[in-house]
Amino acid sequence: MIEFKKINKIYNTGDVETRVLKDISFKIDKGEFVAITGPSGSGKSTMMHIIGALDTPTNGKYFLDGHDVSKFTDDELADIRKDKIGFVFQSFNLLPRATVLRNVILPLIYSEIKPEQREEMAKKALFAAGLPEDRWNHLSNQLSGGQMQRVAIARALVNNPSLILADEPTGNLDTSTGEIVLNTFRELNRKDGHTIVLITHEADVAAYADRIIYLRDGVIINK
Amino acid sequence: MLLTDLAQETYLAIKSNKVRSSLTILGIVIGIGSVIAMISIGKGTQKSIESSIQSIGSNLIIVSPSFQRNVGSSVSAGRGSAQTLTIDDAEAIANKVSGIKSIASDISKRYQITSKSKNTNTQVVGTETAYATVRNVTIDLGNFITDQDYKAQSKVAVLGPTTRDDLFGENVNPVGQKIKINKIEFKVVGVTKSKGGSGMNNQDDMVYIPLTAAKAYLSGDKYLSTISIESTDSNNLTIVQNQVSELLLDRHKIINADQADFQIMNQADIVATASSVTGTFTMLLAAIAGISLVVGGIGIMNMMLTNVTERTREIGLRKAIGAKRDDISNQFLAESIMLTFIGGVLGVALGWSVAQLISKLANISTDVSMDSVLLAFGVSALIGIVFGYYPAKRAAKLNPIDALRYE
Repeated sequence: MIEFKKINKIYNTGDVETRVLKDISFKIDKGEFVAITGPSGSGKSTMMHIIGALDTPTNGKYFLDGHDVSKFTDDELADIRKDKIGFVFQSFNLLPRATVLRNVILPLIYSEIKPEQREEMAKKALFAAGLPEDRWNHLSNQLSGGQMQRVAIARALVNNPSLILADEPTGNLDTSTGEIVLNTFRELNRKDGHTIVLITHEADVAAYADRIIYLRDGVIINK
Repeated sequence: MLLTDLAQETYLAIKSNKVRSSLTILGIVIGIGSVIAMISIGKGTQKSIESSIQSIGSNLIIVSPSFQRNVGSSVSAGRGSAQTLTIDDAEAIANKVSGIKSIASDISKRYQITSKSKNTNTQVVGTETAYATVRNVTIDLGNFITDQDYKAQSKVAVLGPTTRDDLFGENVNPVGQKIKINKIEFKVVGVTKSKGGSGMNNQDDMVYIPLTAAKAYLSGDKYLSTISIESTDSNNLTIVQNQVSELLLDRHKIINADQADFQIMNQADIVATASSVTGTFTMLLAAIAGISLVVGGIGIMNMMLTNVTERTREIGLRKAIGAKRDDISNQFLAESIMLTFIGGVLGVALGWSVAQLISKLANISTDVSMDSVLLAFGVSALIGIVFGYYPAKRAAKLNPIDALRYE
């Protein structure tokens, strides 16, 4: 499902060449719940960007669902993100003056799903993310942090993607709310069989996953 | 992205920034409104000038005196101020030039005119019976100057409606009353119908008296102010004009036509000249108003750039969930076009209202034409595209990773 083959990412800032990822190779199968962890500066954000098709590697190959994404153009990457990946961010990134439903519907606009079908799909995703029904018509900035993250999870789920990519999803939440969100991820993985990749620097957050990829200085330490 | 989605996104974006959007739209409203209003004044003036030129008669050729222009001198004195045309010239034209339907000479000058209680200063035209047909003067009350009056040097006067209003009051029948022109008593025999002119050369503010009387009691010499000629056909205007010119050059013993001591204009020339003047005038007004439109466009650009910066994270998110470059740039372009479109609609309404107000209050005729409305719409849409393009491209070019991190 996900395969990295000798991926390198090199940033050039002036004369200085920074090699953030060094010859990284690994696989994640369909239905896995994997955490990518490591200290700051280890390259996990860069890895998240490549997995999420937000960026391409300097060299090496990246296969996502059989597509070689590493050489895609900007618009092709956008298509891959639209069809294959659901993002959950640390800071939720909801549209503040829009309702919960509208926020969840947003990805469907770009997939050109017929307007009649959208609401039903959004409601299904909100239900799966466990947001109480009486919040669905609230404006997103009237919700608590935990509720916002559930809206974001619903938004990631709505298009039925192959992969849910969560970048520090508990970073802006208190411990108990964080636990609820993490349990939601685990349930989505166990019950509905979603493939989930969790990027975090906290060991106890990573512990929720079935497998941990530990990164340090651009190299995988264990798999 | 479906068109309905684009429309909805645009609506929500404009709605969520009501104050800023309204102020930006206001800039376009003022720009479009002033362009419409200015063009309407220009077009209205053009129409009223053209119709007042048409009202002085059809197939008309006007001969007026001018100072002889010497070789090497580019100075020529004002029309009508010279004394070079005589009644003999007019008679020679009438006798020798073919293609003339009728011809009328006049001696015109401004005089102080008094009635019993009021007085005015206006143009007194000493002329003959044919003047009424040549210059398209129709009679409302009484009659025009007759051949009898001409021959007898009668001290009779026909008033224009404005002059009548000034001297006797509105809608009063002055026929039979006495007026004094330059302290000489004349009897009012008629009032002409209104031609609807205005301004300096108001066709309604005139007094007509027999040419012979003007010569005998007022000017005291044989010189004419103008000779008006009506040709038989609009096609032979130039032929008649050339014949008249040759005849007069010959009679005045002038060899070089550039040094002629008279000038001849036909109606077509006058209309063309006036049109080109008012056309330039319209362009000038529109150009001045156009500056405010450009300023409005810059307002749009400013707002859109602020929008892009403010919504950087939103753009990042949209890109992360699958929006392509075109989706993003279309969204921002649609927003600026929508702003200018709303501004265009309101601006046309404003311009139209201002035009109505101007014609009501300032008594300047205005004409809001369909093409100026279409032009305004076209220009406002173009401004939306031109000034929205750069911000939209900037938004589309944002790197999703940087945009998502933007604080």
